[in-house]
Amino acid sequence: MLGFEDFFRELAAEHPRWNFIYFYDEKQAGRILAGLWMTVKLSVACVLLSVVIGVVGAWLQGTSNRLLKAVVQGYIQFFRNTPPLVQLLFFYFALGQFTPTYSPDGWLQTPIISNVGWAIISLSFFAGAFNVEIFRAGIEAVPESTREASESLGMTRTQTYTEVVFPLALRVSIPALNNNLVNLVKTTTQAYAIAVPELLYESVSVWNDFPSAQNPVMLLLFVVYILLVGVLVLGMNRWERRMRIPGYGQ
Amino acid sequence: MTDPALTDPALTDPALTDRATAWTPDQPIVAIKDVHKSFGDLEVLKGVSLEVRKGEVVCIIGPSGSGKSTLIRCINALTDIQGGSITVEGQEVHAKNLDKLALRKKVGMVFQQYNLFPHKTALQNVMMAPIKVLKEDRSEVEGRARALLRKVRLEGKEDSYPGELSGGQQQRVAIARSLAMRPDIMLFDEVTAALDPETVKEVLVTIKDLAREGMTCILVTHEMGFAREIADHIYFTDRGVIVEHGPPATFFDQASDPRTREFLSQIL
Ligand SMILES: Nc1ncnc2c1ncn2[C@@H]1O[C@H](COP(=O)(O)OP(=O)(O)OP(=O)(O)O)[C@@H](O)[C@H]1O
Ligand SMILES: [Mg+2]
Repeated sequence: MLGFEDFFRELAAEHPRWNFIYFYDEKQAGRILAGLWMTVKLSVACVLLSVVIGVVGAWLQGTSNRLLKAVVQGYIQFFRNTPPLVQLLFFYFALGQFTPTYSPDGWLQTPIISNVGWAIISLSFFAGAFNVEIFRAGIEAVPESTREASESLGMTRTQTYTEVVFPLALRVSIPALNNNLVNLVKTTTQAYAIAVPELLYESVSVWNDFPSAQNPVMLLLFVVYILLVGVLVLGMNRWERRMRIPGYGQ
Repeated sequence: MTDPALTDPALTDPALTDRATAWTPDQPIVAIKDVHKSFGDLEVLKGVSLEVRKGEVVCIIGPSGSGKSTLIRCINALTDIQGGSITVEGQEVHAKNLDKLALRKKVGMVFQQYNLFPHKTALQNVMMAPIKVLKEDRSEVEGRARALLRKVRLEGKEDSYPGELSGGQQQRVAIARSLAMRPDIMLFDEVTAALDPETVKEVLVTIKDLAREGMTCILVTHEMGFAREIADHIYFTDRGVIVEHGPPATFFDQASDPRTREFLSQIL
């Protein structure tokens, strides 16, 4: 019986373009796994932050302060109508220059926001702009009369928003939110451009070191993203089902 | 300064604003005086006056678009007015410094379209405001909410969502939801207009029970038989004015204004 690792070693020897190096070389497998872990962290952070941005932005748009509304509108237009990759480069290279630095060892100056930090900020604001619009549409779908019923019971504006409007808006928003978050997870690969050691970055470095592993690593990339997005979609669908109100909507 | 709202002594004189405490049950609980209301160029209320005493049941009838909903919505400050005065228990509703919370604790409102919270069960709908607004103890509120649902004959439907209830059942939950705030006055705006004929009755019975117990009720309704039976006083509105009013017996049988007679002849 041939061992699992030996099988792939032999496969690589016979077919030089199909070197599944991550199945037998622990060091390369470690790089891929580290990249995957970074991608997961990046995705979770961006998903959470972008949802927070969406909720806050949609709430601000509902206030009567014109200046705040204009700021939110400007933010949406900017982030929605420019490429995320350009935003990422802008945040990292242009804004990165102005971030204060600190010196942990007394020798080198380290910026307080790392490239990972900038990737999280930039991608969250990118996806957040869409989330604001998604939540706003959800809020607008809540009938004025439902809001009035709440206010005529003596609920304050804030209570009406948190107890009635938002819970209903959220349910309307989930399908669109689902799409946007899937896009966000895929867009985290663009952090590659500012050397964030996420999955794509690590994969490319592996195949730069071992050109024979290029096809298998690419294959792995596809499989991993399908699984990653699959997990997200599964989770969102489960959430949507749990939030479903009997007799409401469909 | 010429803004009448600022010069009206009822709004600026602290001695007069304090009338709230001076109000006694022998005075009108709701007093509407010469109320004017416009939406842009459209004048919807053109000087409406109306008085309701504690425990009275007042019905407002009139053709569509005559301003009935607008009038009733002014009473709990869901819309503002451009002129005149509305007091509830002596407190001016359209004062700049109005305590909306205090007003809405006193005035309950039931809408034509029920407007329940679709993501909450019947019981949760009834419990929400007493817990959030009155900050009352949850278990105490729950006991009261269950009792109210029994009172509107919805025992067993506590855990149903609005989407799982019929129109008539939803409307009764909405009535219970308003009653949970222990209001002094209930406003009903065509609460049976969206219901099919069989379920109209169950809602009317609920309102009749309330009226018998002495709740002050202001109802907009198209149910003439019902109005005749329970109303102490009937107001007829047309194009933003009150054309005629009186106790049901005189109103229905001896209406003098041609507009009232025409309306009644179409409906009855
Ligand atoms: N928010 C609003 N903006 C503009 N116009 C309004 C608004 N609400 C009501 N109106 C207008 O005011 C007039 C009176 O409306 P209102 O709803 O008070 O009538 P109503 O007597 O309740 O009629 P119905 O019996 O059909 O309910 C109508 O012409 C209506 O179009
Ligand atoms: Mg109406």
